Parts: sequence; structure tokens; C-alpha cells
Amino acid sequence: MSITLETACELNPQVALRPESFGALAYHYGNRKLVFLKHPDVVAVVRDVADYATLQDALGAHDIQPSRWPSFVEAIDSLAASDIIRVR
Amino acid sequence: MSGKTLATQLKAGLDAPICLTWEITYACNLQCVHCLSSSGTRDPRELSTDQAKAVLDELRDLQVFYINIGGGEPMIRKDFFEILEHAEANDIGVKFSTNGTYITAENARRLAAMNYLDIQISLDGVDAVTNDAVRGKGSYATAIAAMNHLRDANFGQFKISVVVTRHNVDQLDEFKALADSYGAQLRITRLRPSGRGADTWDELHPTQQQQRQIYDWLMKHGENVLTGDSFFHLNAFGESLPGLNLCGAGRVVCLIDPIGDVYACPFVIHDQFKAGSLLGDGGFTKVWKESDLFLSLREPESEGACSACGSYDACQGGCMAAKFFTGIPLDGPDPECVTGHGEELVKSATVSLIPKPSMDHSRPVKINTPRLASSKEAVQRMERV
Repeated sequence: MSITLETACELNPQVALRPESFGALAYHYGNRKLVFLKHPDVVAVVRDVADYATLQDALGAHDIQPSRWPSFVEAIDSLAASDIIRVR
Repeated sequence: MSGKTLATQLKAGLDAPICLTWEITYACNLQCVHCLSSSGTRDPRELSTDQAKAVLDELRDLQVFYINIGGGEPMIRKDFFEILEHAEANDIGVKFSTNGTYITAENARRLAAMNYLDIQISLDGVDAVTNDAVRGKGSYATAIAAMNHLRDANFGQFKISVVVTRHNVDQLDEFKALADSYGAQLRITRLRPSGRGADTWDELHPTQQQQRQIYDWLMKHGENVLTGDSFFHLNAFGESLPGLNLCGAGRVVCLIDPIGDVYACPFVIHDQFKAGSLLGDGGFTKVWKESDLFLSLREPESEGACSACGSYDACQGGCMAAKFFTGIPLDGPDPECVTGHGEELVKSATVSLIPKPSMDHSRPVKINTPRLASSKEAVQRMERV
């Protein structure tokens, strides 16, 4: 699986987010993976990415500067590898 | 993306633990010579079923996603399944550690029917002689029977949990093969001089040469073997082992004991590391977030004597509990420091000043293992009896 700016994503409904000072913990009740989301901006995007047509729309809505988009694509892609994020 | 590393963030503590151990009873049918909690007999103050359920409700509210249940032998509690079911109903995952005595065919089927449950069978040797010398006569056969029952009930992947000692370190490959033959996952953890482990540390803990052996084995197999990240003191050998390289005590880890006292980690059942009781006002949450002990453990630590050595970043000075119960200052080297710095200190520690566990639930001791009887501690203990 590979996430791009054009992908329509969502937070897996089996995942719970626990806010922490550095960002959040994401816990997947299905595969029992615990993942650290190490920036509040990532948490914000992950939380409501399902409300947008594409990942890029979500990044735009959260005022993430385009220069940071590649790192977000990478982060969301690695979350998809753990099934925390999935393609709609 | 973040300015601070994850390790730095974790050292400052989380809003709630991610690795919480809850020992639900001090009662145990075995008397393992290295028992961290000196278990044996039930404590009359142990939490009631209702109190235990209230603990789970609070952990759910804190979004503690999963807990490790242990003891004593947790399955000895009559309400064991009731506690498990309450956790399951509240979406709290449970991994419990057991010696397997109560995993009958029937109980194995009951456990297999539950969701969201991990089981860890304790085994300290791949043969009865090695295992039973530490865990007691018949305990090897009991553990194997439990594993067979879990397999026959199609429980799925359970875990085999090994405390690495001087006497089983050569069996790591065989442990792995045993786990594989059951479709189980191997977990190996570090021996600590805690509880009764203090009495047997000198003759059970791996030698300096064996420390290297463990490190090399983990470098080769570490990705497929669980360790509870307990061997980070070995990182001073070179490349870091997989896992978090830090002491999580009071930061991401804690222990709730059977009477509701909260300690910094499962290896330091001692007043000095007791943060409070969850039966007090504010419950567990207040202890976790506000206790003086936990707040101090989240402060940046001093490298102390280790600052002169170039390896502190790699080994973090090792394990707090291992130092404490061998009489080494907390800012000194780990007793198993791979450079040998700790060993010298242990030799020079004044025996009478070494802290003892604050509580001991051991049953009256009948020493019958030849190895134990040869230890200095054990001989002293026998003379006192």
C-alpha cells in the first residue's frame, strides 16, 4: 500500500487516540499495535482525515505548509502500514 | 518532526502508563527462588472484587489500553475470570502471567473463547532439572501441560516467558525452538535482585561472559523475541538492541500491588519506591499524576559516577532496581554493567546496608534446592530458622 496526497484515507475505527503532551498514542484494538504520534499536527490530521476527499485537502484544511507535505505523506504511509490509517 | 526525541518525551512521563503491571494476589502455589514479589501467601488486605473492578474502570477512563496481570499466581483468585471479563467488557486488553497450574483443559477452552487476551507461561528451563531448580519440583511438567491445553483449545499464540539465569542462558536456542513448536512467542527477561531474587542473585545472575552471550543472541534473534526492553544495560556493548532504551519506572511503567499500593515498577516493591495507594482520595490517577516520587522520577536524571564512562547514552546507567537491591547508589553503575564497574561495587557493598523488600509473603521456608542451599544468603537464612 502506498499513500499519496491524492489518497482518500480514514482513521481505522478500531483505533483509539490518547492525547499526550508530545502528540498522542494510537492504539489499534485489532492488531494491538501501539504507535506514537509525535506531533500535534499529525494528530489533528489523523483525527479527521476521513472528512476530506484527499489527504491533501486535509493538510490544507489544517494549514500545514506545502513544504511539510512530503513528511506528512511519509508519516501517514507508515501509519497505513500498521493499519492505523486505511484507504477509504 | 518534533524537536525532542521520543525517549526524552517519555522520560518526562506520560499522562497515564502504557505498561502497567497489576499483581492481583500475593498467593502462589509455587515458591520460585527468584520471585520478584516474595509471593506465597495471600495478604488479608488484598483488593476485593468490587475494588478490583473499580480499578479497571479508572484505567479505562485513563485510556490505559492494556495491562499486565500477575501475582503471585493470579489464577488462584476465585474472581479471576470475573476480573478478566470486566476488563474485556471495558476494552482493556489483558496479558496475564501464570505458572500454568490452573490452566486445565476446561479453563483453556474458557480462555480461548475470550477476546483480547494474552497468556504468558513462565518457564525457566527447557528441561525439568533446570526449570524445577528455580521454580520448584513438578513446575516444568505443569507448565508443559498448560501449554498443551492451550494448544488443544486453539487458544492461538501464547507466550513463553523466561527469566534468563546463569543456568539457562545456554538454552536460548532451545527455548526458541520450544516456543516455535507450539506456535508460541518467546519472551526473555532479565533476572532482578528483587524479592526473593535478592537471596539468589549471586548464584543465578548471568556472568560477565554470559551478558555478552545474551547480547549477541538478541542481536541475532531480537526482532522475533520479546524482552520487555529489559536488557538495555547491554547496549553498552555496541549497537542498541530493539526496543525503548530507557528506564520506564514512574514514567511509562508502574506496578499496582495486590493491596492497591502503587510502585514505580514491578521490581521495586520497597517503601522508597512506593508512590501511594489507589485507595486514597483521587485514586490511581492522583498517584500517577501527582505523587512526589513519580514527579521526581520524571526529572532529568544525573549520570553520577557513570559520567566518566563513554557509554551512558547507550546503557542509561542500567536498572534502578538492580542497583538498589545490590546496594549500589542509584546514580552508580548497574551491577551487571558490561564494563565491570558494577561488579566491583557489589563486592564492596556493605551487606547490612543493602535494602530488603518491605514486604515478604513467602511461606515458611523449606529449602530443598541444592543450588539455593549452597548460597551464602540461604545458609544464613537456614541458620536463623
